[in-house]
Amino acid sequence: MSILVIAEHDNNEIKGATLNAVAAAQAIGSDVDILVAGANCSAAADAAAKIAGINKVLVADNAAYEFMLAENVAPLVAELAANYGHVLVAATTNGKNVIPRVGALLDVQPISDISAVISEDTFQRPFYAGNIVATVQSSDSIKVMTVRTTAFDPVAEEGGSATIEAVSAVHDAGVSEYKGEEVAKSDRPELTAADVIVSGGRGMQNGENFELLYKVADKLGAAVGASRAAVDAGFVPNEMQVGQTGKIVAPGLYIAVGISGAIQHLAGMKDSKVIVAINKDEDAPIFQVADYGLVADLFKALPELDAAL
Amino acid sequence: MKILVAVKRVADYNVKVRAKSDNTGPDLANVKMAINPFCEIAVEEAVRLKEKGIATEIVVVSIGPQAAQEQVRTALALGADRGILITTDTDLESLAVAKCLKAVCDNENPDIVLLGKQAIDGDNNHTGQMLGALTGWAQATFASELNIDGDSATVVREVDAGLQTIQIKLPAIVTADLRLNEPRYASLPNIMKAKKKTIDSTTPADLGVDVAPRTTLLKAEPPAERQAGIKVEDVAELVDKLKNEAKVIS
Repeated sequence: MSILVIAEHDNNEIKGATLNAVAAAQAIGSDVDILVAGANCSAAADAAAKIAGINKVLVADNAAYEFMLAENVAPLVAELAANYGHVLVAATTNGKNVIPRVGALLDVQPISDISAVISEDTFQRPFYAGNIVATVQSSDSIKVMTVRTTAFDPVAEEGGSATIEAVSAVHDAGVSEYKGEEVAKSDRPELTAADVIVSGGRGMQNGENFELLYKVADKLGAAVGASRAAVDAGFVPNEMQVGQTGKIVAPGLYIAVGISGAIQHLAGMKDSKVIVAINKDEDAPIFQVADYGLVADLFKALPELDAAL
Repeated sequence: MKILVAVKRVADYNVKVRAKSDNTGPDLANVKMAINPFCEIAVEEAVRLKEKGIATEIVVVSIGPQAAQEQVRTALALGADRGILITTDTDLESLAVAKCLKAVCDNENPDIVLLGKQAIDGDNNHTGQMLGALTGWAQATFASELNIDGDSATVVREVDAGLQTIQIKLPAIVTADLRLNEPRYASLPNIMKAKKKTIDSTTPADLGVDVAPRTTLLKAEPPAERQAGIKVEDVAELVDKLKNEAKVIS
């Protein structure tokens, strides 16, 4: 049976997380199709057709799908799923919003956040804040899953030449409506795509002090993240939160500044390749996962780091 | 307006739960249990809607062992009016949980179902969305702001890019994210009052729900441990190590 991957996109471009989801799909089998559901999304569909190793791109182009509202997209995916053995999506907020609704429509138990493919019906996934790795076997006829993007290296964005096929099915439940979005504009890389991340916690004391992190981040070409404590305190917006229920990241270098290292934060970053912790409390749990720990006052250490880079 | 709130009994968020030594599942022996933090936020939101005069009745429901009655009582102490406990000795999958909640919705006809976006044990982030599919109702997941206006609600959602606003028709499902509110502590008089509130007990079988599992947990193992790192003396040494040892900056 072939595999369907739901694309994460903005109607013009395919988001990087899609490439990780395709990688997970290809670990299950070679016959992989992509669904681009959106409105005026032919540019995104063309981009999806170029992804390496894709067989077919299904395009559902309708106003009802423009903002990936789950009430409209889930019935579409459930209808298409009849032709597939697996349906995968990256574990983004869109993916997490839609996939369980698809699962229930199909009377299937979804599997969240798969981190490894053992066989076509057996997968690994972290639970309990990543403190346990479960190996789970599904007996459902269609496997419906979200993919932990950090666990799969992305496939090549170019090199494929899939056929593009229009899907005419329109599902408009008419119960939900998109009203708008508040998106912070930043020239820094996206958290989930960055090679280097500098994150701040409660120790930053306020939002203005994050400037110290931005300076260091810009020298390193890094994204800036935050712990839950810093977001709850209103220092920075929610999209910067790294953790169990925020963004899961695994960059080459993660620098945690003024972050104590609660279980929930570690769950979002402990698969980073190199971890640096800067904290004035030498007993902070963050040091237990850090490759390089610096016990220091961050207000002294950050300007020094900025100067040294 | 009637609100149904679902709460889950989970290991307390401060506990680092480990796999059993025989790798058959999480080791929950002698672990402190509590109401899932996201569910607590959902309860608080319902109570605030009642305090604003929007909600008239709050029904709290939990599915779990008999001991989950404690979490229902906690919700009653925070301000819910009555409870429903669906007892089961097996750990139900989210599909089965959603089916049980659908049966409760059929009996109770709530205008809004409030849930936590995710339980911190299974980390699935499923139940609200699945209940949305089974009821055919609108869903607003990861809510950080909820405003009711007649027969619709405007919800601000925490999404990857920032904040998204949607409008949904009621009845609807809303799942709580961290910033929706800051839950209160139950006062002693309210804890005493909660003891007199009704909790109806039922089972999945009584509700006519098939809870047969669709997945099998083959193994539950600890993740790969990180090698212990080193402490550096100062920023100069840190930069040197990152450049020349880890080679992650140039």
